[in-house]
Amino acid sequence: MTQLKIGFPRTLFYFLYYPFWYTFFHELDCELITSQPTTQHSLNLGVAETVNDACLPIKLYHGHVAELKDQVDIMFMPRMVKVRKMETEVFCPKFLGLPDMVRNSISGLPRIIDEKIDLSKGRKPLWHTCKKIAKKIDKSGVGVWLAYKKAQRCQDKFHKYLALGMGAQEAIDVAVSGRNFQEPKKYETDINLAILGYPYLIYDSFVNVGMFERLSQMGIKPWTVEMVPSDRLEAQAKYLPKSLFWHFSNRTMRATYYYLHEQRVDGIIHVTAFGCGPDAMVDKLMELDAKNTGKMPFLTLSLDEQTGEAGIYTRIEAFVDMLRYRRGHHENIISHHG
Amino acid sequence: MKISFPIMGNSYLAFKQLVKDLGHEPIVAPLPTARTMSLGTMYSPEFACIPFKILLGTYLEAIEMGAEVIVSSGGHGPCRAGYYGILQQKIIEDLGYDTKIIIFDSFAKTYKEFISKLSWLIKTGNKSWWQLYQAFKPTWAKLKALDEIELLSHDIRPFEINTGETTRVYRKCLELMDEPVTKPQILEAKEVCLKLLKDIPQDQSRVPLKIGIIGEIYVLIEPFANLDIQATLGEMGVYTERAMNLFHWLTENTKVSHQEKKIIKAAQPYLREKIGGHGINSIGETIIYAERGFNGVIQIAPFSCIPEIVAKGILPQVSQDHGIPVMTIFLDEMMGKAGMQTRLEAFVDLLQQKRDYKLA
Repeated sequence: MTQLKIGFPRTLFYFLYYPFWYTFFHELDCELITSQPTTQHSLNLGVAETVNDACLPIKLYHGHVAELKDQVDIMFMPRMVKVRKMETEVFCPKFLGLPDMVRNSISGLPRIIDEKIDLSKGRKPLWHTCKKIAKKIDKSGVGVWLAYKKAQRCQDKFHKYLALGMGAQEAIDVAVSGRNFQEPKKYETDINLAILGYPYLIYDSFVNVGMFERLSQMGIKPWTVEMVPSDRLEAQAKYLPKSLFWHFSNRTMRATYYYLHEQRVDGIIHVTAFGCGPDAMVDKLMELDAKNTGKMPFLTLSLDEQTGEAGIYTRIEAFVDMLRYRRGHHENIISHHG
Repeated sequence: MKISFPIMGNSYLAFKQLVKDLGHEPIVAPLPTARTMSLGTMYSPEFACIPFKILLGTYLEAIEMGAEVIVSSGGHGPCRAGYYGILQQKIIEDLGYDTKIIIFDSFAKTYKEFISKLSWLIKTGNKSWWQLYQAFKPTWAKLKALDEIELLSHDIRPFEINTGETTRVYRKCLELMDEPVTKPQILEAKEVCLKLLKDIPQDQSRVPLKIGIIGEIYVLIEPFANLDIQATLGEMGVYTERAMNLFHWLTENTKVSHQEKKIIKAAQPYLREKIGGHGINSIGETIIYAERGFNGVIQIAPFSCIPEIVAKGILPQVSQDHGIPVMTIFLDEMMGKAGMQTRLEAFVDLLQQKRDYKLA
């Protein structure tokens, strides 16, 4: 019997949850096929298929699905609703309706599994979800339990690598293949910048035009949301009178407070997608709090379909120049030129 | 204490009374104008939705008039509206004002805070809970009456013989409804208004096109935000029905109505998850309008509204399956009345042709 081919778009949740699903399906004797890393082609496909008002990540997701649809028997698009026990925290509404958007926009789709991931209720909710998914591909019994356990271990390993500052793609490769971790090339760094934003922007080097590589070359040590110890991340909730409603936004906001209060960095860059709804709120909160907590330098980089390297780098360079200038001169010296 | 509140449709007439009855001085911000919009836009995040910008503008105008406290409603997401208050408070503080925004979230989820906020309002106004209860009844009656009057005006407008007369009479009705204080007075004023509207000369032989208006609740209710879409269509001789009115907004946190259940059920084949705001309603309502034989549906929503974008992505399929034309209009601070008018005329022309073709 040939292996069942299951498709998993290489975007959005890929960067945080792929190791789990890869191991789970692999152990169940299925093949989990991902699309290629984002290219101009996937972006063009996405722009063509998606409702025009959607944000960049949603368009990319459509693009990846369109690229993948003819290569697989089943498209696996979990409906991400809640990933922890918090009453008001869900994913962005666009994620909640994503399988429906895709189903109603792209024609010629294979069979879809869009099981709801809601981990807010009951005991072992993830296990129950996995059981349901396994049932849909005619798998049951103890094998599913073993696959589930193994998938969890792989996912834990992956998070550990992320916390070490590894890029998501690399961490996925290491966690999934089990190959040894190689020390990345070391660069001299003199500036610490928190690069905060959602994983699907931060870790997709097509979307962010290879920002991280470039930052290292410029002598900047980037710090991400995933590098904040998870207990410290949760502890920052106290700075907001009311938690945000969106999982990734809460993580980003809390990481902002961590880098403002506990591990001061030289500056914060918020990476956001053009048209991102939650970020309209998050960005303003970050801006105000950066200003009011010891005047932290703050830059917003908005990425869209037209983003080019030159534009992004020019802005980052200017920002870093300012930081170095500020460090060289004492802040309260009035400029000699003006 | 000087208390202000958001402007949403006609509700300010009722809230003004409530604040007064609670022993405070109501500050009614001017109805939104271009100035409100530019004030709000200046200090809001660029991609915040239009209700956020208009509300912030309204708050700033209320602060200019001396408001010390602003009372508004909250929410629990995932629509952004539930977070407005917190961010607006931060923005207002950053501008150097010390006005406080008091947000009432859902009673069921935050009843302790809800009660403590309410008791603070009562205490500072030197009133009792009993007096609050007493004040609440006429407010409720007034909101209901205002809704009824507005709905009737939309029913009559497509039949009016002298274009614009309904709008004129309706403005007069709002003035009449401003005065009454007690419940019997309110009911009496309502009857007068309903009669005034019914007395408008009408041509009942017309068979107007029927259009359902769906979308995000704030822009549905606030005529400034939707560029008075219902009156514009009405004066073009189109009968319109709006999916939501003030009463919806006031009661939706307390109970799920039978109608609501029906709407959500209708949407199931297309959207299986509640996505916040009224995204799922937009899908279900479109189907129900199609079943009721409406000629078309117009979806209006703020630019960048997340739930309505999801709905917009799904609506073309609904439109195709149910044979009902759907037009989406996203509203932002750049929208002009002429642009809206042109789009509406084109849409109505198409619906007219479609109907003529069917009849022939």
